[in-house]
Amino acid sequence: MTVNIRIPRTVWDLPREDYFVGGHNLCAGCTAGTIVRNLLKVAGPNTIVVNATGCLEVSTSLFPFTSWKVPWIHIAFENAAAVASGVEAAIKVLKEKGKIDPNKKINIIAIGGDGGTFDIGLQALSGMLERGHNVLYVVYDNEAYMNTGIQRSGATPYKAWTTTTPVGTIMRGEWRDKKDIIGIALAHKVPYIATANPAFLLDMDKKFAKALQIDGPSLIHVLMACTTGWRFDPKLGIKISKLAVETAVWVNLEYNYGKLEVTTPVPKRKHVREYLKLQGRYSHLTEEEINDIQERINRKVEEINRAVGKEVIGPLA
Amino acid sequence: MKSRESLPSWYELPIGGISRPNITPESKAGWRFEKPVIDNEKCIRCRLCFLYCPDAAIVESDEKYTTKTGKTYNVSYKINYYFCKGCGICAEECPVKAITMVPEV
Amino acid sequence: MTQVYKSKSLATLSSNKAVAKAVGQLDVDVIAAYPITPQTTIVEELAQMVANGEVKAQYIHVESEHSALSAVVGASIAGARTFTATSSQGLELMHEILHITSGLRLPVVMAVPTRALSAPISIWNDHSDIMNARDTGWIIYFVSSAQEAYDTVIQAYRLAEDREVLLPTIVSYDGFLMSHTYEPVVIESSEDVIEFSPKTWKGYIEEGAVAIGTLASPDYYYEFKYQQVEAMKNALRKAEIIDRDFYKKFGRKNGLVETYRTEDSEIDLLVTGSIWSSLKLAIDKARSNGLRIGGLRLRLYRPLPIDEIEKILAGKEVLVVIDKAISYGLRVAGPLANEIYTNLQSPVKIKSVVAGIGQRTITNEDLYKVILHVYKNKDSPGFTKHTLFYGVRGVELDS
Repeated sequence: MTVNIRIPRTVWDLPREDYFVGGHNLCAGCTAGTIVRNLLKVAGPNTIVVNATGCLEVSTSLFPFTSWKVPWIHIAFENAAAVASGVEAAIKVLKEKGKIDPNKKINIIAIGGDGGTFDIGLQALSGMLERGHNVLYVVYDNEAYMNTGIQRSGATPYKAWTTTTPVGTIMRGEWRDKKDIIGIALAHKVPYIATANPAFLLDMDKKFAKALQIDGPSLIHVLMACTTGWRFDPKLGIKISKLAVETAVWVNLEYNYGKLEVTTPVPKRKHVREYLKLQGRYSHLTEEEINDIQERINRKVEEINRAVGKEVIGPLA
Repeated sequence: MKSRESLPSWYELPIGGISRPNITPESKAGWRFEKPVIDNEKCIRCRLCFLYCPDAAIVESDEKYTTKTGKTYNVSYKINYYFCKGCGICAEECPVKAITMVPEV
Repeated sequence: MTQVYKSKSLATLSSNKAVAKAVGQLDVDVIAAYPITPQTTIVEELAQMVANGEVKAQYIHVESEHSALSAVVGASIAGARTFTATSSQGLELMHEILHITSGLRLPVVMAVPTRALSAPISIWNDHSDIMNARDTGWIIYFVSSAQEAYDTVIQAYRLAEDREVLLPTIVSYDGFLMSHTYEPVVIESSEDVIEFSPKTWKGYIEEGAVAIGTLASPDYYYEFKYQQVEAMKNALRKAEIIDRDFYKKFGRKNGLVETYRTEDSEIDLLVTGSIWSSLKLAIDKARSNGLRIGGLRLRLYRPLPIDEIEKILAGKEVLVVIDKAISYGLRVAGPLANEIYTNLQSPVKIKSVVAGIGQRTITNEDLYKVILHVYKNKDSPGFTKHTLFYGVRGVELDS
C-alpha cells in the first residue's frame, strides 16, 4: 500500500485517526502532545519513529503501555539521528533485496528534545544530515532539560531562569543566547529546514508534510511551551506559543533548498513583555532587562527582514 | 493496582521490554482539578480543540447535531474523561468559548 | 571483480581480512563503522566489497563508534543483518550502546581486534578493551587464529540469531598480533556459508506496531534482565551445538575450550588469543624437561564454559591464568583469573599472571620462565595470594 503524504490545506484535511494516543504521562497541558499528535496525523501509519531520551520518551512508553500506534524506537539520549540513519539504511537495502515492498513509502522520523538535539545529540544529527539519510528530524524545543528538572541547555534563551542558571545575588538567569540550530542545519545544505509552532497548527502540519515528501534529510525545529519548566498555567501553552510568534521571539520560517520564507508574517509586533509576563521563568526581570531583550529581538527582526528582502516582521505596535 | 507477585514471570514477558499498543493505560482522570464541558449549541466545529488537545481526549464523531437555531452539523465533539487531564487548553483556545472548565469537586 | 566463492579455496589472510571475508559471504545488509586501529582494515575491505557489488549492503559512514553501534542497532530492529567492528577507545565509546543492544536482544555481530586503552595512548594489543565489555550482556568469542576468526564469524551469526538466544555477539582476537599478521585460511563456498548461517532474523518492526526501548519500572525491569541470564545459558548450549554442526559441515572443530597435553598434567595454564601457540611451545619444552604441564585456551569467554573447564581441571594441582588486562586495586588483578577463582568449584590452586600489557612481548621462552617459576614456588605459602606482573621492569620474577 502506497501512502503518499499530502500537504493539508485546511485542518479538515487531517485525519481523525490518531497514531499518538491519549493516556500518556506528559504533564497536563504539555504541548509536546499536540505537536506529536499532529506530526503523526500528517505522517500516517507507515511511519517509524525514533525517539531520543527525554520527556516525550519516558512519558509515553512505560511498559507494558505505549502511546504510539506506529513502530517506535528509543535507544538513548544522544543517538536518535544515528539510530534513524540505521533504520533508513535497513529499509532501503531490504527494499532492494525484496524483503520489503519497494513501493511502500515508509516515513522515518527522529524526534528529540532540545537537549537531545542541540547538545548531546548534535554530533549524531550532523552525521545524519551530512550523509543525506531520508529522515525527518523533529526537535521539540522546550528550552531546557525538562525531564531531569529544568536544567539549562544550549537552547535556553537569554535571561531565562533554570535550576542550573538560577537567579541569585550576582547571576540573573541564563546569560548567553540560544544556540542557532537552524544555522547549523543550514550549513549541512539539507533540502528542507523549518521552524514551527503548535499554535499555528496548519503551518506546522504543512511543514511536516513537506519534509516527509522530500527525498533526503530535513529538520523541523518546533517551539514547545513547557508548563512545568516555564512556570505557567497549563491552559496557556498554546497562547504563549502564539505570543512567541506575535512578539517575534519565535519566527515561523522555512528554507526550501536554501530559499528562505517566513511562513507566518507579523505585520505589527507585540512587545516582548506580553510573552515574558506570563512565564515564571522570567519573573525576575527588571524593566531594563526586558528592554534589553526587546532590543535583541529588534536586531533579529532586522536581520530576518534583510534576509527575506522585505518587511515580513513589522515594527512594534 | 496489582501486587508485584501477580505480574507475569520472566518467561511470560516479551523479550527486551518490547510492548504493543493494545493495552489501555491507566485513566488520567485523577490528574484533574477541573473538567472541560462542551456546549454543542455554541460549538462552531472549527476542530481546533480536537487538534490542540495534547491528550487526544476530545473525541470527534460523525454524529449529526442540530442546534436550537436550526443549524445542522455533521460532526460532534465530546470529551474522553478517561484521558483528559483537565489542562484547559481546549477551553482557553476555543474561539467561541463553547468549552467551560467545571471544578471536579 | 565480483568474488563469489563457488567452492572451497585457500587464501592468505590476516584475521581482519578473514573476518571481512566471512561477513562478505553472510549477505550482511547494513554495515556501519568508524575507523580505529587496528580494526580499520576490516571495514576498508568491506567497503571495497560493497564498492565492487560483491556485498549488497548499505554502508553507513558514521561519525563515531557510538553512532556506528547506534546505527546497526536501528538497522537490526528494522530487520537487517548487521555488522560493525571496533577496538579500544572505540569500544569504550560504544559502551553505553553495548548494554542497550543486548537489552533489546538484537543479534548484532561485531569484530573486536583487541587493543590497550589510553592513557597513555597505545595502539598496541592487550585485553583491556574487551575485558571492559564483559558485563555488557554480549556473547564474546576470543579466537586465536585467522582461520578461527573466519569460522567464528560464520558461527556467530547463527548463534546470535537463534530464537532461543538473540544476543549480540563479539568476535575478538589480538590486535596486530592477529589483525595484521597473515596466515593460510580455508575459505568455504559462499553457498555453504549462507546455508550454515541462514538469515533468520526479521527484526521487530515486521511484527506490527511495537514500542522498542520502553521504560521499565521496578515491577518489570528485573524480569527483563533475568531473561538475558537465561539467554546466556541457551547461548552456551547452542554454541556447542553450532560448533559441532560446523565440524560436520566443514571439518574444522574449534571447541569452546581447547586443551593441550592436559591428560596427565599437574600444572595448567589458561590463556586466550594468540599467546596459545607460544604456550604450546613452552609446554613442549617443559614436558621435555620432565614437567607435567598442560594448557587450556578459552575460545568462548561469554558465556563462560566453566563446567567444561571444571571437568578438564579435575584432580589438577595448579592453574595459572594469564591475563592481558589489569583490574586495578585487587590483590588478584587479572580479570579472567578473578572469574575463574569465583566460578570454579574445584580445589585447584589458582595463580594469576598479568603479561603482555600494551603488547609487551611474551615469547615461548617467557612462558617457559613463568612455568618454571610456578613449578618452583607453587608450594610456598601465600604463592597464589597475589598476581604476578610478569615482564614489568622493577618487578623481579622470584621476589
